[in-house]
Amino acid sequence: MSGTSAPGGATDAGEPMLELDGIHVYYGNIAAVKGLSLTVHPGEIVTLIGSNGAGKSTTLRAISGLLPLRHGSIRFQGEDLGGAPDHEVVRRGIAHSPEGRRIFPRMTVDENLDMGAFLRKDEEEIARDREMVLDLFPRLRERIGQKAGTMSGGEQQMLAVGRALMAKPKLLLLDEPSMGLAPVLVDVIFETITRIREQGTTVLLVEQNALAALEIADRAYVLESGALKLHGPASELAEDEEIVNAYLGG
Amino acid sequence: MAATATTVVAPTAIDRKALIQRYATYVILLGVVIWLGANLITSPSQFFSASAEGFNLGMLYALIALGYTLVYGIIELINFAHGDLFMLGALCSGFLLTTVMGQDQSNLMGWVLFLVTLVGTMVFCGGVNVSIEFLAYRRLRRAPKLAPLITAVGMSFILQFIGLKWNGSTPKQWPSVFPEGSFGIGDFRVSYSLLVVVAVTVPVLLLLRWVVTSTRQGKAMRAVAQDQDAARLMGVNVNRTISFTFLIGGALAGTAGVMYQQVVGTTAYNLGFQMGLIAFTSAVLGGIGNITGAVLGGVLIGLIQGINDGAPLGFGQKWSQTVVFTILILLMVFKPEGLLGRPTTEKV
Repeated sequence: MSGTSAPGGATDAGEPMLELDGIHVYYGNIAAVKGLSLTVHPGEIVTLIGSNGAGKSTTLRAISGLLPLRHGSIRFQGEDLGGAPDHEVVRRGIAHSPEGRRIFPRMTVDENLDMGAFLRKDEEEIARDREMVLDLFPRLRERIGQKAGTMSGGEQQMLAVGRALMAKPKLLLLDEPSMGLAPVLVDVIFETITRIREQGTTVLLVEQNALAALEIADRAYVLESGALKLHGPASELAEDEEIVNAYLGG
Repeated sequence: MAATATTVVAPTAIDRKALIQRYATYVILLGVVIWLGANLITSPSQFFSASAEGFNLGMLYALIALGYTLVYGIIELINFAHGDLFMLGALCSGFLLTTVMGQDQSNLMGWVLFLVTLVGTMVFCGGVNVSIEFLAYRRLRRAPKLAPLITAVGMSFILQFIGLKWNGSTPKQWPSVFPEGSFGIGDFRVSYSLLVVVAVTVPVLLLLRWVVTSTRQGKAMRAVAQDQDAARLMGVNVNRTISFTFLIGGALAGTAGVMYQQVVGTTAYNLGFQMGLIAFTSAVLGGIGNITGAVLGGVLIGLIQGINDGAPLGFGQKWSQTVVFTILILLMVFKPEGLLGRPTTEKV
């Protein structure tokens, strides 16, 4: 399936890594995502923005297999993800740092990171990635033996991102990594996301803090009530005053 | 033990309630300790044998309680059928050892066949438990909490009627392959059967501990218990992990069933009800969902029951449930989360 050029897309280089084609996702009888299509190319940071309840987190949960698709398809590296059981999605190379962190509260930081590498067998590589994560987040090194549930929100957020990285993903899904964090920590998290990309991981980022997300992203999709409203290069969206006022709470 | 006064900080209005609760718990525990001490002084030998008896019972409660606590920990279901699974384990034990293999004496062959029976019953009960989860509970995983609960009650009846067919309506006597008699000094005697129970239960508990803390499946179990969706995102196969938990819980109930059948020597189709209820109580007393708590609660209730039944200042067997549940209710009032449980305000 060769790339049909995305409207307004800037970096349409080669095969997309992730391709959502008209997906519909329901909670019971309520449609949360209605016919969303989007693509993510290798090496990009793509951000999904929009107001509360726009369907951003639902989209990520559908990609991870936590929610079933009613219609449409999700392709990852050319393979259909629709039929894969949820625990298979990680094996294919998609890691998800979920909304609300969802770290394992009664496990230590170390055990949490270990869970991130649950499906991996390459002990040496795991040890190296563990060092990489601890270098990205030095605070986690200090807290390595602490029960994760007793840490502060910011530390838990770092752990959630670190844990996802331990899966050595090709594509990292980040859901609201800046939620509830002090401004200083927000900067740290966003800086880290760009560093993660530099290390070769593609990132799909869901953010409330849209302006900050647009700053580091290549492209952005704006969702409204579960459908695509706008789509374009992040830099253009950030400059469009009308958009900023309507959707980005600027 | 717990009564040593620590430095008391002047209580504010907020933590006064917590403080009262803590001290009330200490007072109840102190009361139990005094009662035990009085028994010990009145007749050390009788106290000792009553404790040994109670400890024996407590080991069985602990093994059954673990099945309740593991399942509750992972899917928040009170598996009412678990006591009846234990009953089926006891029937299976007698069936395999005596009916099938014809062993009715304590000798070397008896030991070998006992081990075969133990493994066979663990596999049988584990298999039954996994099937129950697969056939009945799995389909209701996203249903309101009451639906699986009622299903569990129904399962309990189904297992009881299987037991009724298998065992007959009257209690059945079985020969034991455990050696008779006891050893010890003077009046302080320990029966050989208690020794066997300890020799089987302790390794089984250590094995369980190792599985939960150090194996891949154990990690998966803990992850699912703490956050099912997050565990999925790590690549944990949640269905398989839940099956594994039922397998372990069933195997532990089977172990308890074999011991019960051998030590008590009588089986009945309805014996799972009372044993299950007390074991469940043990799990709650220890803090449901907590593995160490289940063992602690089981042994504690066994000891209280044993001492009440056999020690000089006990109230006698007629009162043993009353005493056990009075202590339980008092503790629950002041420490609802159980001895080692987490306060319920924390999200699992």
